[in-house]
Amino acid sequence: MQTTFPRLLLEHAKRRPTAAAMREKEYGIWQTTTWAAMAQLVEAVACGLHQAGLQRGEHMVVIGANRPRLYATMLAAQSLGAIPVPLYQDAVGAECVFPINNAEVRFAVVEDQEQVDKMLEIRDRCPQLTHVFYDDPRGLRNYDQPGLAALEELIGAGQAFAKIHTQLFIEQVDMAQPDDVAAMFFTSGTTGNPKGVVHTHNTLINRAAVGARFDKLTENDEVLAYLPPAWIGQNIFSYAQWLVAGYVVNCPESGATVTIDLKEVGPTYYFAPPRVFEGLLTTVMIRMEDAGTLKRKMFHAFMDVARRVGPTKMDGKSLGFMDGLKYALGNLFVYGPLRNSLGLSRVRVAYTAGEAIGPDLFSFYRSIGINLKQLYGSTETAVFVCLQPDHEARADTVGVPCEGVEIKLSDTGEILVKSPGLLKEYYKNPAATAEVLSADGWYHTSDAGFIDASGHLKIIDRVKDVGRIKGGANDGAMFAPKYVENKLKFFSQIKEVVAYGDQRDQVCVMVNIDFEAVGNWAERRNLPYAGYTDLAQKPEVYELIRECVEKVNADLSRDELLAGSQISRFLVLHKELDADDGELTRTNKVRRGFIADKYSVLVDALYGGRTEQYIETQVKFEDGRTGSVSATLQVRDAKTFAPVKAAA
Amino acid sequence: MTKKIGDVILDVQNISLRFGGVKALTDISFNVKEHEVRAIIGPNGAGKSSMLNCINGVYSPQEGSISFRGQTFKHMNSRQVAEMGIARTFQNLALFKGMSVIDNIMTGRNLRIKSNLFQQALRLGAAQREEEQHREFVEHIIDFLEIQAFRKTPVGQLPYGLQKRVDLGRALAMEPQVLLLDEPMAGMNLEEKQDMSRFILDVNDEFGTTIVLIEHDMGVVMDISDRVVVLDYGKKIGDGTPEEVRNNEEVISAYLGTSH
Repeated sequence: MQTTFPRLLLEHAKRRPTAAAMREKEYGIWQTTTWAAMAQLVEAVACGLHQAGLQRGEHMVVIGANRPRLYATMLAAQSLGAIPVPLYQDAVGAECVFPINNAEVRFAVVEDQEQVDKMLEIRDRCPQLTHVFYDDPRGLRNYDQPGLAALEELIGAGQAFAKIHTQLFIEQVDMAQPDDVAAMFFTSGTTGNPKGVVHTHNTLINRAAVGARFDKLTENDEVLAYLPPAWIGQNIFSYAQWLVAGYVVNCPESGATVTIDLKEVGPTYYFAPPRVFEGLLTTVMIRMEDAGTLKRKMFHAFMDVARRVGPTKMDGKSLGFMDGLKYALGNLFVYGPLRNSLGLSRVRVAYTAGEAIGPDLFSFYRSIGINLKQLYGSTETAVFVCLQPDHEARADTVGVPCEGVEIKLSDTGEILVKSPGLLKEYYKNPAATAEVLSADGWYHTSDAGFIDASGHLKIIDRVKDVGRIKGGANDGAMFAPKYVENKLKFFSQIKEVVAYGDQRDQVCVMVNIDFEAVGNWAERRNLPYAGYTDLAQKPEVYELIRECVEKVNADLSRDELLAGSQISRFLVLHKELDADDGELTRTNKVRRGFIADKYSVLVDALYGGRTEQYIETQVKFEDGRTGSVSATLQVRDAKTFAPVKAAA
Repeated sequence: MTKKIGDVILDVQNISLRFGGVKALTDISFNVKEHEVRAIIGPNGAGKSSMLNCINGVYSPQEGSISFRGQTFKHMNSRQVAEMGIARTFQNLALFKGMSVIDNIMTGRNLRIKSNLFQQALRLGAAQREEEQHREFVEHIIDFLEIQAFRKTPVGQLPYGLQKRVDLGRALAMEPQVLLLDEPMAGMNLEEKQDMSRFILDVNDEFGTTIVLIEHDMGVVMDISDRVVVLDYGKKIGDGTPEEVRNNEEVISAYLGTSH
């Protein structure tokens, strides 16, 4: 498909002017913007920006939540051949400085006072940033800084301009070529400055269309846009695919009303990261425990049925008469009302991605009849690389390569991708571009994985973290720490795990129990404990964790590649790993190297075959004071299993 | 940021209030100018709430008079005061706990509803249109106070800080010219206080509403008020800008504490 986003907009406006393009809840009512109105709005903003001096090829930042007028602004910039750069609305001022200066941004269109304050705060560091427009004037009445104006004024000026220069908008739109740069997304680099990922109209539209065809998205679908527009996923779902498929994008009233709005809109196409699904499930479970006896019993009885036969049904297989009947009854009494109260009763296709999702969590949603699937992709690939077909969703794979994608593995096990949706380059960073994009067009994902027997891609870990077992029974076997850690973390009793095994003869882990879950479990068993450290060292708790570890081992033994990563020994840590103590990153990822140094006596105990080890640790309290915790930790062995050749 | 402070809108002259032999207020005089934020401070039992109740028409002072926009009143009931455009919030929240946020704020529109009970009960066209207009106004307040997520939640289920916000919302629904706030930040944590301060300043700024508030938190009072009246044992011991009051010897010894 050779077109551009503004042209897609104009096609919709021409073909079905009165159909809804976007809705936004305001003053308690869903206010609709039709395609015709959207096109007019975009024309007005574009003319206003043109008058204000926005040039072809220039970058313009857009900061804010999902608001129709901000999406219209992105379209307006693209209409003029300028490049919208959405930035995260929760980034602090200092984080916006690099992108704004890197892309030499003069124009910013922002949502509200909060964002305006941010722009004013960094102005002295970004002298070229001369024009700031805001959507919501609340609290901004008395701001009289030069260059600051309401989007409303810009639209007014643009409308007046468009009346005189009636052809300017169309001429500008016609000038744009599909290979022109359409948008730039900054990826949050964990180290160093963020990198601007440059995408053209072609790359984004191509991927959006492939995704839309794969899931048969139509004009009648509904989407709720609630994740940050600066994230490429949201941009694909509520911008690129919106224009390609022509469905309705609904903007929630505010961040706090998303669950209410979800219920009111009843989207048919839905995306959420695993933590959102987890949060929803927790709310359901808590509310069910508080429900009346009859309801609670019904819920548990039918959920048992769903767990047993639900996934089979979602895979499109027949259930047999009795199970079919039971499931139908469950659907009538429990699953249907539950889907409704989650706001997911109309969902045809739901996706989750971003991190690994627990198998229980995944199958819960599928078993109550929600078509939850996974996908694989990144900012650099314009999202769609792999997608799970409707009846082949699995918790541990990310789907089959979608239309146009070629996948191969490098010698190090890294996944390489060739696709029409690959980034053009990293902005002003040829060195970084050359690092990920080889001359013959392969993109290096830095993920390690493999294609399994059924043709699905399975992600194991980041390439740089994958190691090898050295010596012992599994000499030379692949070791993927995150893969092992995640498998353990899927148990609700386990909060954090640190796995070691690279260049060692066996895999050992340190486990952090989830204080709330295990505490609750102990109380129900009348098991007294004095606090975290005490609870963590209870023999009963060790027994509980050992069961989890052995289940993971049994699971790993069925895995051809990773059978050697089975856990031989484990211990339960006496304190929670904490970002304040430097053990976790600020985004709560374990820092294996740091922990290995800090707890070197424990690592030695694990590999030295000892059964207990005394340790004293400095801790930093929230108020900045320091103290120490000490304990004698038990070290236990876990049963490992002989590798089973996969029956698949 | 400059705001225009206008002429005197509310003038309290020589008010004395007694309950039997207890002198709650003795010869209090002060005025409130249009668009300003005026604070009344003082230790417990100083007579702050009594003062507010006099302005509000809940108590009738034995001596003195209160004038609002040049009209002097000796005895008023609270309905008359409300009709004149003075609204208030309560120290101990007087919300309808079982009713939703919308309905609670809607009650603030009571005085502005023209259709009668029968028209409303029968849902006649005019009554329905009027209700829609009022609902729209209430929606603007909900948007302003950022409580969209709780529209339909019964007020009793909301945390205290949010209930305070609903209380403010109901007072705003009257479209008052003067807003009396009785300890709007009592029992709040720092973040809630900051939020509330922002709402009070926004009300003052965006709607031009004159604000009279009683508050215990000195930091808040000094930050957001234009002028402060200090009461102690029913007497006025200080009046002026926060800076002046802070440096007033009598105020320091009575309220802020002295360093001996």
